[in-house]
Amino acid sequence: MAIATIDRTPTAVPTELARGRGGGGPATKRTVVAYGFWIFILSDMVMFSALFAAFAVLRGNTAGGPTGEELFNLRNVFIETMCLLFSSYTAGLGALSAERREPARFLIFAALTFVLGAAFLFIEVTEFAGMVAKGAGPSRSAFLSAFFTLVGTHGVHVASGMIALIYLAAQVIVKGLNAAVLRRLLCWSLFWHALDIVWVGVFTLVYLMGDWH
Amino acid sequence: MLGKLSLAAIPLDEPLPLISGAVVVLIILAVLAFITIKGWVPYLWREWLTSVDHKRIGVMYLTLGLIMLLRGYADAIMMRTQQAIAVGGSQGYLPPQHFDQIFSAHGTIMIFFVAMPLVIGLMNFVVPLQLGVRDVAFPVLNSVSFWLTASGALLINVSLVVGVFSRATWWGYPPLSGLAFSPDVGVDYYLWSLQISGVGTLLTGVNFVTTILKLRAPGMTYFRMPVFCWTALAANLLIVAAFPVLTATFIMLLLDRYLGMHFFTNDFGGNQMMYPNLFWAWGHPEVYILVLPAFGIFSEIAATFSGKGLFSYRSMVWATLGICILSFMVWLHHFFTMGAGADVNAFFGIMSSIIAVPTGVKIFNWLFTMFRGKVEFKTPMVWLVAFMITFVLGGMTGVLLAVPPVDFVLHNSAFLVAHFHNVIIGGVVFGAFAGYAYWFPKAFGFTLDERWGKASIWFWVIGFYLAFVPLYMLGLMGMTRRLQHIPDPSWQPLLLVAEVGAILVFCGILCQIIQLYVSIRTREQRRDLTGDPWNGRTLEWSTTSPPPAYNFAVLPTVETIDAFWHMKRTGRRPPVEPAYEAIEVPRNSPAGFITAFFAVIMGFSLIWQIWWLAILGFVAVAVVILIAGWSTDREHEISAAEIAQMERAG
Repeated sequence: MAIATIDRTPTAVPTELARGRGGGGPATKRTVVAYGFWIFILSDMVMFSALFAAFAVLRGNTAGGPTGEELFNLRNVFIETMCLLFSSYTAGLGALSAERREPARFLIFAALTFVLGAAFLFIEVTEFAGMVAKGAGPSRSAFLSAFFTLVGTHGVHVASGMIALIYLAAQVIVKGLNAAVLRRLLCWSLFWHALDIVWVGVFTLVYLMGDWH
Repeated sequence: MLGKLSLAAIPLDEPLPLISGAVVVLIILAVLAFITIKGWVPYLWREWLTSVDHKRIGVMYLTLGLIMLLRGYADAIMMRTQQAIAVGGSQGYLPPQHFDQIFSAHGTIMIFFVAMPLVIGLMNFVVPLQLGVRDVAFPVLNSVSFWLTASGALLINVSLVVGVFSRATWWGYPPLSGLAFSPDVGVDYYLWSLQISGVGTLLTGVNFVTTILKLRAPGMTYFRMPVFCWTALAANLLIVAAFPVLTATFIMLLLDRYLGMHFFTNDFGGNQMMYPNLFWAWGHPEVYILVLPAFGIFSEIAATFSGKGLFSYRSMVWATLGICILSFMVWLHHFFTMGAGADVNAFFGIMSSIIAVPTGVKIFNWLFTMFRGKVEFKTPMVWLVAFMITFVLGGMTGVLLAVPPVDFVLHNSAFLVAHFHNVIIGGVVFGAFAGYAYWFPKAFGFTLDERWGKASIWFWVIGFYLAFVPLYMLGLMGMTRRLQHIPDPSWQPLLLVAEVGAILVFCGILCQIIQLYVSIRTREQRRDLTGDPWNGRTLEWSTTSPPPAYNFAVLPTVETIDAFWHMKRTGRRPPVEPAYEAIEVPRNSPAGFITAFFAVIMGFSLIWQIWWLAILGFVAVAVVILIAGWSTDREHEISAAEIAQMERAG
């Protein structure tokens, strides 16, 4: 057997090569892009885990300042959480419409997702502003430094996700749902759902367990 | 308007850094002028600066690493000279605040801007070729990674002329690195240059994990991958898992310094002991990010120059993965003396010693590969022998230091300095040089001169031992590290020996420069026309030297480990004129260079707190990313006819 020319479709690979040990040749572009983005998200999770660790170490170090119990309003945080979780639901519906090549439906769900994300950010920024006004800003104590950094980093991620959503919606309007745009939307969905997972951690460890003193 | 920046930032009262800075600036200007006069700018821009070809990017990484090696070496020889003469009544020639900047810069540069670019450069050049594919998973991102690394290196060198560098060592423990004790811009230079280059490194990790796991030639199952690819996979998994911790840690320190937060401060509940924990949770895996690829390089070299397959390929792979996981369980041995308690110290001491087991497996595998092989002592093979002897010594002192009671005696001493130079020079640097000699003909189409190469090895090895064995002894005699002034005159003879060693290392570097010059001058006699100058075993040797932009006109099919060796043995080489098909190659992109340009502006203005310029720089970076992300037309096609023509000509 001479060294065969391999064409792009994986089906052309001799079956003895593709027995699940990774011998099937280069993966498709969609797989490669989504896989790479997964790895990137994992690295982002590692960064959050360092911030969570710092918060866990510093949560009791209030330096005579206010504690979480005194500062947090769980009702608002619950509404905030629901906004983000529902935005994941609408994002999922948007992704399904995109895969079915229905740009109009996609744009509607994208707009809904954006509004829910904006509501989340609005509640978060209001909470931050209220705390700073009460003299409980990030430089008041190590606990508050860790709180603002962890929750704020998540907020910055949500904000960048929203900017990226506008940008991708513009691509959908201008270019339509071609393969490249679909790949980017896939990555965006992974990113948005990952932010939900981080938020579940924040909600539990920062807010629900916040009155552990 | 200009933040903290004023003319006072230029250290007119300290002639030494100013003169060296001026010399560097003059050299850079001279090189730029030369390039412009020769009319090479369009060529450089088109073929190199905007290139997204993994081979070109690899060569640029190596160039960056070798240039920064000279800077890092200059720092080293200055410290050695200071310690050799500042004894008893003499204060030497370096005042403390300058000496402190030098040891901080030396460590930072050698780890981040010498060792990392050398290792990542070799991975860039070699991994796609060994996997039998045409490029990495994300070629444009790869170019962004390189240029961000170069930006960090540039910022560190700017600190030579504008302002100061950190005096808080290369790991920057607070509270010394906090605002209270380091109010000037030195620590900010350190933090921002490492943040910017760190983003580049992280993206490299993402890129290579994806490449190795998702893009391999047909038939290349995991257990048919060359060992260097396995070690590259392990190293890049470590990058993905460890670098974000460093980023988060530096974010916290930056917030302490810029926004008055209290992560690591003495007051308001800050906790300084959290910093070493977080830093070394990155820092120890970093050691293996550097040395695992070096192990991979030596594995390839051992097999090739012994004329037989690597002894126990599978145990080599499992040892690599074992080290990959263990490397996350030992970080506390960097601060046994912090007081975590006997149980914690015992756990980390035992885990640290256990790493010697898979490393020992590797050493025996290389030895048994050589055993009864037809060993050819070409330059890379001599580096391997030098490495094995030196690294075993460094590993043994490491196991010694892993015993907590011993560490209590030896920590922060010259013994420790000798230990980690022993493993990093003996492991990473020797490995990178071996890889450089081994793959140079693949990259440029001609071999390097053997005599100058071997002369360089002898100078490096003898110089290394003369420079660092005295430090082991001085450490046992009680000499602590980072001394600007030597209080005990009886240490001076050994310090003078170490100075001689450092000079011999410089002779080794000179030999390498001469080797390069001689080899280029005599390149016509040393052409590699076969593409396989060493009778190699893996796929990179199956294509021409240098390889075409698309690496392989036809993707090879892999049936065994050492795929190319198998093809040669069974006569299953690619047919002379196969049916070529059109190949898509990625277009060049200026995105990396432009992103890095604005990242430098942003970093510089953040260091000097020129807020408006920092915002402008940030917005510019974002715009470049948005523009680059808009395009869909990133590849161009080389037609089958063109490929056939190029293959016939090549």
